Amino acid sequence: MPALHAFANPARFLKIARPLTPLLGGLGALLVAIGCWAGLTQTPPDYLQGESVRIMYIHVPSAWLGMGGWSGIALSSIAFLVWRHPLADVAARAIALPGATFAAICLVTGAIWGRPTWGTYWQWDGRLTSMLLLFFVYLGYIALARADRERGGDGRIAALFGIAGTVLLPIIRYSVVWWNTLHQGPSIGLTRSTIDTSILWPLPIMMAGFTFLFGSIVLMRMRTFLAIAKAEARLRRRTTV
Amino acid sequence: MKAKHQRLWLVGAAVLAIAVAALLALSGLRDQAAFFYAPSDVTPDVLAADRAVRLGGMVAGGSVSRAADGVTVRFIVTDGRATTPVRFAGIVPDLFREGSGVVAEGRFQRDGSFVASNLLAKHDEKYMPPELAGKMHETKTLEP
Repeated sequence: MPALHAFANPARFLKIARPLTPLLGGLGALLVAIGCWAGLTQTPPDYLQGESVRIMYIHVPSAWLGMGGWSGIALSSIAFLVWRHPLADVAARAIALPGATFAAICLVTGAIWGRPTWGTYWQWDGRLTSMLLLFFVYLGYIALARADRERGGDGRIAALFGIAGTVLLPIIRYSVVWWNTLHQGPSIGLTRSTIDTSILWPLPIMMAGFTFLFGSIVLMRMRTFLAIAKAEARLRRRTTV
Repeated sequence: MKAKHQRLWLVGAAVLAIAVAALLALSGLRDQAAFFYAPSDVTPDVLAADRAVRLGGMVAGGSVSRAADGVTVRFIVTDGRATTPVRFAGIVPDLFREGSGVVAEGRFQRDGSFVASNLLAKHDEKYMPPELAGKMHETKTLEP
């Protein structure tokens, strides 16, 4: 993996991450602003849901990042376990908190949408329950990774947990297909969508905007972790001399 | 074999083991994890159990009737293969209508009908503006 190892050197990574953080953040904020404006003013209401359909423009990107974030943790964990890539461990820990936050936003916006649409904030159906589990798995990962670090662990336990948690991703994705659920089936497939184009078009803008913001937050956190590690190493050197 | 390759194999085996475990658990849960019964899922065991269950399906067209007391609604739930008559007394959700999905919480009666204590509207995956859906679905807005 020569391509991956080019970034194994934190100095080289920082050189790229430093300008990329504000670039992604600015681009993400711009796209989210455009998407909000379009989603709130330019699209028609849905024939059944009325205006509450607009919650989708926040809900769907949050669900995507909640699940995409865990995919990132899993891939980083594999890279860390197999190739001992030093930045992979940093990346996985940096993704955990924003990933958990977006999973929570997904759950909350879903509840707000469910009250007027279904007539309930919460039901224990397959999709809702598996997404709540993912949120708890995020919290468990954050606690485990922190505890492991505080006791001087090498991060392998957290990486194993990161791989094991991946089981939830296909369950969440296909829960609405395998079981009878209150949540509707998938609207957007690879080739077709059952959402009319006049309602759908701000959604990809919001997805891209959320993703860029997410990337910016993760890079910011990775830089913070690297800076903390550097400061700690310096302090250790000073006390041992 | 290099240590790196050994680790790669180990991680691959772990991922495979987790996937197989998940598949086994899911196939075991297949019947238990359903959020509701469809009318064609209703077997004599379900009827005999006399416990609180959920019944889901489409509200059959032309089947909704309101009783004279003003709160009792009767309708037929269908999944295309079987039908179940449902009685419910209370406020129905805004999205409750003929031809739409519904999930009723309640109990089956001895005659195979269903008495609901709560109704949930099930939304489908189709989203469209009111112009496309036609006049039959008037959209409610906040404007007076």
